[in-house]
Parts: sequence; C-alpha cells; structure tokens
Amino acid sequence: MTQEKPAGPAGEAQVDPRLLVREEGFAGYLGEFRRRIKGGELGPLPVIVGLVVIWLVFQTLNDRFLSPQNLSNLSVDIVATGLISVGIVFVLLLGEIDLSAGAVSGACAAVLAVLSVGQGWDPLLSMVVAVAVGGAMGLFHGFFFAKIGVPSFVVTLAGMLAWTGFQLWVLGPNGTINLPDGLISNLTDTYFAYVIAAYGLAAAATAGFLLVSLVGNARRRAAGVPSRTVGDIVFRTAVLAVVAFGVAYVLNLYRGLPLALLIFLAVVIVTDFVLRRTKYGRSIFAVGGNIEAARRAGINVAFIRMSVFAISGAFAALGGIFAASRISSASQATGQSNVLMMAIAAAVIGGTSLFGGRGSTYSALLGMLVIQSIASGMALQGVSNAIQFIVTGAVLLAAVVIDSVSRRSQKASGRA
Amino acid sequence: MAPVLALEGVSKRFGAVQALSDVSLEVNSGEVLALVGDNGAGKSTMIKVIAGVGPPDEGEIRWQGRPVTIHSPSEAQSLGIATVYQDLALCDNLDVVGNLFLGNEIRRLGVLDEVAMEKRSRDLLNTLSIKIPSVRIPVASLSGGQRQTVAISRSLLGEPKVVLLDEPTAALGVEQTAQVLDLVERLRAQGLGVILISHNMVDVKAVADRIAVLRLGRNNGVFDARSTTQEEIIAAITGATDNAVSRRRARSEEGE
Ligand SMILES: Nc1ncnc2c1ncn2[C@@H]1O[C@H](COP(=O)(O)OP(=O)(O)OP(=O)(O)O)[C@@H](O)[C@H]1O
Ligand SMILES: [Mg+2]
Repeated sequence: MTQEKPAGPAGEAQVDPRLLVREEGFAGYLGEFRRRIKGGELGPLPVIVGLVVIWLVFQTLNDRFLSPQNLSNLSVDIVATGLISVGIVFVLLLGEIDLSAGAVSGACAAVLAVLSVGQGWDPLLSMVVAVAVGGAMGLFHGFFFAKIGVPSFVVTLAGMLAWTGFQLWVLGPNGTINLPDGLISNLTDTYFAYVIAAYGLAAAATAGFLLVSLVGNARRRAAGVPSRTVGDIVFRTAVLAVVAFGVAYVLNLYRGLPLALLIFLAVVIVTDFVLRRTKYGRSIFAVGGNIEAARRAGINVAFIRMSVFAISGAFAALGGIFAASRISSASQATGQSNVLMMAIAAAVIGGTSLFGGRGSTYSALLGMLVIQSIASGMALQGVSNAIQFIVTGAVLLAAVVIDSVSRRSQKASGRA
Repeated sequence: MAPVLALEGVSKRFGAVQALSDVSLEVNSGEVLALVGDNGAGKSTMIKVIAGVGPPDEGEIRWQGRPVTIHSPSEAQSLGIATVYQDLALCDNLDVVGNLFLGNEIRRLGVLDEVAMEKRSRDLLNTLSIKIPSVRIPVASLSGGQRQTVAISRSLLGEPKVVLLDEPTAALGVEQTAQVLDLVERLRAQGLGVILISHNMVDVKAVADRIAVLRLGRNNGVFDARSTTQEEIIAAITGATDNAVSRRRARSEEGE
C-alpha cells in the first residue's frame, strides 16, 4: 500500500474536525468513557460494577461466598432462569414483554417428564419435543399479537394462566414426576473434571477472540475504514484472557467445567451473534427502534414479531428442562412463583432496555449473575426469603431507573 | 432531450375531494424543480403518485420519454425514483450505517458485512460532502439536519435518477437548512433530477431552477426561479386576485 500513513484514525485525509475519533492510549479510553456516560450509552458497565460490589460485600460478610464450591454452584444455578431470560431479551428488543415465559417453562418441563418417564420416550427426543412445544406456544402468542393486534402483555398474560393450567393437567393428580438418572438429570450434573477442559475452553475462547479481532481489523484496514490499534486489541484480549482463565481456575478447584454452564455460554454467544451480525437480528433491532422505518425498509414486521415470540417460548422451554434437571423432577412448582420475574429482571439488570431496540443476550448472563449472587450471598448469611425478595426488587428498580435515565440523557444529547 | 420524468393530465380523487385535477409536471436531469402551494394544494398527493404509493386515477407518467405505470413503491424504486418523506422514519437505535443499509444489508456468507457497508457509507457521505461525527453513532445523537441528510443519503444508495423531497427543511434551523440545501445542490451537480416541496420561499428561490405552483389541485403556472420575484410566486400560490393580502387591503379601503 502506498498510503503515507496507515489508515488509523489520525491518518485520514478528509477528516471532519468534529469527528469523534478516540485518542490513542489511556487518555483515549477515558475520553470515550466520558462521552458515553454523557450520551447515556452505558452498556454493561453499571452491571459489572454492581457485580463486583456485590461480590466484595458478600465476601467480607462471609468468606465462603467466593469459595470454588459456591461459585461453581452459582454458575449452574443461573442456567435455567438464564436461558428463559435469553428469550426475554429477544422480546424486550422488540419493546414488548412476555409474561408467559415462566408458565411455558413449567408446562414444557411437565411435557418432558410425561413423555420421557410416563410414556418411556427417548430422553433426547422428549427434550426436542418439549422445546418444540414451547416454540409453538410462543408462536401462538406471537400470532395474536402480530396478526390480530392484541397487546403482547395481555396475550402472554392469558398464556401464563392457560399454560399453568395445562401444566397441572399434564402432571396429573400426583403433581410431581421424578426424573431418573440419565441424560436429562445429567444436563446439570455433568462436570468435565479434567483440568484441561476448562483451561482448554478458556484458551480456545481467548485465541478465537484474538483471531477474529485480527482478521476483522485486517479487513477494515484493507478497506480503509477506521480500525482498532494493536494495543487496543491486545488490551481487550488480555481482559478476556484474565476473566476466562480466572473462571477456569476457580471451576477446576471444585468439580471442573459444568456442562450446563458450557451450554448456557454457547447459547449466549450464538444468540448474540445472530442478533448483531445477521440480517434477521438487524431486523429485530429495527422493529424495536422504529416500526414505521422497518416497514418502509421492506422488513416483514409480522414475521419478525411472531418468530421472536416463538424464540422466547422455545428458550422458556429449554430453561424449564434445565430447571427440572437441576432438581431431577418436574412438578407443579416448576417455572412458577418468581421465575418469570427473575428472568425479566435479569435481562433488564444486565442492560437490556425495556423500551426496545437496545440490549444483548449477554445481559441475561450478567443479570442472572447479579440476581443469583444476591440470592446465594443472602442464603449464606441466613437472610430470610422475605428480605431476599425485597433486595432483588430494589436491584431491579435500580436497573430500570438506570435504563430510564440513560434513555433520557440519550434523548437530551440526541436531537438537538 | 426528453425530461427524465414527466406527468401529464394527472387527476386523483379521494372520495369527495378532487385532490389533483389535470396536473402536468416535468423535471429534467440536473435540475431542481420546486413544487409549492398552500396547505392542501395537493403537493404530497403528487409525490405519492410519483412514488407509487397512491397511483393516479387518470393521466400519464413518462419516464425518460417512455410511458410507464407506477403501481407500487418498489416499482418506483426500480425505475430510479427515490422518495424522502417528511417523517424521516429512521431507527434511532441503529447507527448511521445500519440506517443507510436497513433492508438492503450487504452480506458475506450470510453474515452482515459491516466493513463493506461502512466503507460504502463513508464513500457515499464523502461524495456528498456530508459531515457527521461518525458513521458508527446511533442516529438518535444526530441533529435534525444531520438526520435529514442521512435520510436523503439513504435514498441515494439505490443510485436513483430522480429524488423526491417532501418538505426536507420544514423543522430545521437556519444552519441546518443550509446544510440540506447544500446537499440538494450537490445532487443537482451530480445530474439527478430533484423535486423539492417547500413552504419556504427563501429556500425555494435559493436552490430551485424552476418553480411549479399548485393551487387547489390544479397547475397554477411554472416559473423560472431567477427571473421571478417572491411576490409573484406568492400571488400564484394564493391566487393573484383573491389572496389574503388583497382581501385585507379591500377591507381596509371599505372601512375608510
Ligand atoms: N388519503 C386521503 N384521503 C382523503 N383525502 C385526502 C387524502 N390525502 C389527501 N387528501 C386531500 O387531498 C388534498 C390535498 O392534500 P395534500 O396532502 O396533497 O396537500 P399538500 O399540498 O401536501 O398540503 P400540505 O402543504 O399541508 O402538506 C387535501 O384536501 C386533503 O385533505
Ligand atoms: Mg404535504
């Protein structure tokens, strides 16, 4: 290439003086950080800060909190509700709500138990059918919402009642079906104890991230669009490596890498990719941002809405399967009580906006970590259920306040 | 050379309202045609006829001399007609690149090709000399004028020959209006035909080559922008013999 300078931000010839390019190095990060705070683009920052604070507080109260055993259990406990929350994120991105997710998860857990235990079906087939049933339930909600025009919160409220009834009916008079040892209960009770498993995954994640960053950056440079500096990439990779190897180290101190966590992480990464890097995901953001613009751009709004509710139903079912697996039974209580609220709270606490168009499935992971950390820390302290509910409610309120305020400051710093 | 777009004898009725009757209009390549008229004169209806949103009841549309029918927005687009409606309909949560390519994303192996889209966005904005802080910030944080230029740029990605702008400066301040008018001039310099609707005579005089006046759904003259005064155009818009100003004068004379 015969450019006088690499096409880094500083090398552009036709730069507008007001162009927002980040300065190199630490000062640059600080400047961008300040701009983001002012513009209300906080991203996952509040939740990460919150998580660190929560961990420090509970660790000082009880030094068993950050023990490998507790952290390992925590990492499995987040999975069931976390998977439901992934589906909730999709719905929230549309600016809608799905109140049926808890009931769908319980109903599908019941379907799974009846098929695999009652009817003696193959467990894998039973799981596939249970997820398909969840997807169909979601599609049903989506149809009434997208085609008939019933508000989503009413449809899914109706669904919540109806599917809870369905769950009780499927379970029959006993109300509980125990799952024998086998594939289903192994979902949450399988640990890859070889040290190499967790470390290997951490190494693969780090290497994969580095590779993707470098290849992407090379393409950007070749195309002459602004690219990251090498230092920036190294810094990001290093942060990821510290987190990944730290988690692997802790998990290896107890029973190794939990299968359930592995599946949850894979789900989060794949769904995030779908949302950010595919036309389908972009369409979801567009519908959540401005439905008229989406329609004029030729996006099939009804299809997007129905498919998103189907996705939410399917993930609710998957969450129900993991919930049943965790306690080796499906009962009338599966998916009931606060499961729905936790799933919605996790998504919002993790940084997905209730107003639509902003968020990511990583918020399901981060938000569940916050909620489950609070639950686990307070359980260690012997705090009553009553207080736990109150504290979790307060955290949810704080998250919604941050969401609303950042939305307001976005508006303020937006259209001048 | 035949005008790139010509309409002849166009009529359009909504129930009891004859929104357009026997209207003719033509625009050439490299020309800005202003379409003016009072509220309800039928300007937006005219735009909708051309854009394929509301086909006419009667009349002929000729594209580069050849008679055509335009029954849908996509037919208009494939001919080379781009429309920017008054409500811009941008997605505030998406960045500039995302908005420019919404519905027409460039993909590579099924995955969004962000690099290619960003490059084309930057090239497009550069050729139009559009200055925005970054193509990677959400459009929510752009000013009204910048949003308008993004909406206009979006319509240019399909490489149209005619651009229809419905009141592009209606909600803008002085500086931002100037930005948009600059952009309109650049479109003309690139050989596009531009139809510009505006209520602001100063803007119209500033950029238009010709000014077509609609009054109560009918043609009320086409004027050369340079040799016509503002008063003459306003007279045509309001109806020279029966306008608010002359009525007022008449009233005050009676009162004496
Ligand atoms: N969809 C419709 N149904 C019925 N009447 C309509 C419809 N669209 C426009 N009209 C009527 O047609 C006439 C012309 O409207 P149009 O919107 O074209 O005016 P305009 O020149 O764009 O006015 P403005 O400057 O206020 O935008 C008006 O009397 C209006 O009430
Ligand atoms: Mg109008």
